[in-house]
Amino acid sequence: MEEPPHRRRAHAGSRDLERYAGLFAARTGVMRSSAMRDLMAVTARPEVISLAGGLPDTSTFPAAAFAAQMTRIAQESAAEALQYGPTEGFAETVDCIVEVMGAEGMLPDPDDVIVTTGGQQAIDLVCKTLLDPGDVVVCEAPTYPGAVPVFCSYQAETVQIECDEEGMALTQLEEVLARLDREGRRPKFVYTVPSFQNPSGVTLSLERRRRLVELARSRELLLVEDNPYGLLRFGGEPLPPLYQLDGGDFVIYIGTFSKILSPGIRLGWAVAPPPVMEKIVLGKQASDLCTSTLTQHFVREYFAEGRWREYVDSLAEIYRGRRDAMVEALREHFPPQASWTEPDGGMFIWATLPEFIDTGDLLAKALREDVAFVPGQSAYVEEGRGRSSMRLNFSASGEEEIREGVRRIGNVVAEQVELYGALTGEQPAVPAPADESEADGGAADVLPFRKEGSA
Amino acid sequence: MKVAVLKGGRSLERGVSLRSGARVEDALERLGHEAVAIDAGADLVKRLLEAEPDVAFVAMHGPGGEDGTVQELLEILGIPFTGPGVAGCGRCMDKVLAKQALRAAGVPTPDWFAFNETAFRELGAADALAGLEQRLGFPLVVKPSRGGSALGVKFAASRYEVPAALVSAFSYDDRVLIERFAEGRELAVSVLGDEALPVVEAIPAGGDRYDFEARYEIGRTDFACPAELSERETAAVTAAALAAYEALGCSGFSRVDLILGEDGPQVLEVNAIPGLTDTSLLPQAAEAAGMSFEDLVGRILELAPERAAA
Repeated sequence: MEEPPHRRRAHAGSRDLERYAGLFAARTGVMRSSAMRDLMAVTARPEVISLAGGLPDTSTFPAAAFAAQMTRIAQESAAEALQYGPTEGFAETVDCIVEVMGAEGMLPDPDDVIVTTGGQQAIDLVCKTLLDPGDVVVCEAPTYPGAVPVFCSYQAETVQIECDEEGMALTQLEEVLARLDREGRRPKFVYTVPSFQNPSGVTLSLERRRRLVELARSRELLLVEDNPYGLLRFGGEPLPPLYQLDGGDFVIYIGTFSKILSPGIRLGWAVAPPPVMEKIVLGKQASDLCTSTLTQHFVREYFAEGRWREYVDSLAEIYRGRRDAMVEALREHFPPQASWTEPDGGMFIWATLPEFIDTGDLLAKALREDVAFVPGQSAYVEEGRGRSSMRLNFSASGEEEIREGVRRIGNVVAEQVELYGALTGEQPAVPAPADESEADGGAADVLPFRKEGSA
Repeated sequence: MKVAVLKGGRSLERGVSLRSGARVEDALERLGHEAVAIDAGADLVKRLLEAEPDVAFVAMHGPGGEDGTVQELLEILGIPFTGPGVAGCGRCMDKVLAKQALRAAGVPTPDWFAFNETAFRELGAADALAGLEQRLGFPLVVKPSRGGSALGVKFAASRYEVPAALVSAFSYDDRVLIERFAEGRELAVSVLGDEALPVVEAIPAGGDRYDFEARYEIGRTDFACPAELSERETAAVTAAALAAYEALGCSGFSRVDLILGEDGPQVLEVNAIPGLTDTSLLPQAAEAAGMSFEDLVGRILELAPERAAA
């Protein structure tokens, strides 16, 4: 896989790069790069079964329909589809968004919606609009690994609130808010993925959703609800999004077509109260003027056929089978001290191993067996947390591959458990308790995930 | 000259190696050479035979590229290559072998004990831990014997942390060493040919000496080059580095990592093929010696056939 030899000649020489180093903004200093990233570079080898990715399955999207829709765009709206568009996005795209949100019971005002380049840009724009360096952002522990570098690049101070099987621990959130109060500070917003969270797979319970929204109202606290997976439910009862419970006064909502249609089209959105939206639009204008008009046209055509929900449901069905395969394999191949979440939707399972296993190091061993996962550390801002956990993706691999991948991980875990037993003269038979020391200085006390199956 | 730049490979340091390699290609072209980039995989030999390079620039780190494997192949193919030869690479890559060679040559290195995984799994080596912990004292450093950068290196502040640290280290290799923690300033001496370049000092920005990862992150470690050392200190550090380089049979170039404590310098390890990225130490040291990156790459290239002829 060599690069064409002429390619680098076009780039600035490496010595120039060094010269630029003196010009880098302070915020680049907090962007993280580490040995872990180098490790992850190895997961891209083709022979590796990767349960590390976060890709939805796009292999079952009907290619013939795709071709017909794109042809129609070329024939009927080429000029507009190839032109710049409004920063807020086309009204027709917003109609599709309103339809998607309606499927989860939300009724946003179309004027409050902006079409973004993926949900990721929506996170970036919200941060750009709200954060000054040193501002506090509250999020879950673990949190979406892709949000961490965004918070870091705006030089926010990130406080992570532990999760249990019902999602974010709100008593701890209240403690943190109280501590910040005493320090004369308040978080700019609370970032949460309430449904089938990435990476934990955990869903915020209805009772906690209500409490969180009440808390936001009583404290005039802004919630940023990132909901890419809500419609990918294959079990249990649907829960109302925070946006619906709150009505949109204290919730900025972030959605995306990535998981229900395609991540390649880079279409997401944000819904925010008008004063906030005004600033977000200005931020978006500065970033990229407008979202791809071509893919907005595609979404319009696709939704016109009225079968989008069918496709989402078919994806959920596929993911259900894969989740089942993964859970079964975990039961068979992971040691009794391990625990994991068993989500009713989404794309991820979060598994936690005995404390003495560092999943970063475990990954090195797993890669020798040609299998990869995401070490838990990457879902934490603070170093040293999440070291015994891992994120496993079940949307991007077939059931057979998932079973084989989990089997291989189980083998290397078993080797480490056995070795630890030999080193300490004991076989840890009970789940290693997480650090139970009381919160000092408002730091988190740990609520380990429980294995749902054993309840 | 036609130069094959070998990079990538399957090692865990693949990412660093790709960056080193790309930078070398860039420099080679500026020097007027023809660079042929090869990501070392199953077709390495075939591609080398096709390319028929005058010399191979080995920009690989970690097992495969830095442990003598690729060097052995290049010797068989009769292609001169940069950096240390098979024996030198083999000794540098294996920290236990390296420390044995250092000690035999009288080069100071922290006390250590080495273990195979089998010793713990089958021979009850755990019962020997308490004794050696007492002899080495805490904190201890636990390292995989073969492994690059900071991967798998753990500090244990008390005996309770030793088993988990061992489990981590054994993730990278079936042989690990437990080493006395050497207190002092962290220094690196790059050797080019048989000359020591100016000493680089790594100063952890956060002040946390136990955070090995910090060393390898931009902005989290400050580097001073040349390090602020007295003439006597510089002489002692440089002498130790050259002695280590020689003891391990390095040639071409390598980087010696040392700790300068109250009792003088102690050699931690020698990197047979140190990183050549824009944040790597060897290029910094070369620059302090008045050499541009191109000069450095050119000099490394010159040294390759010399060594092959020797």
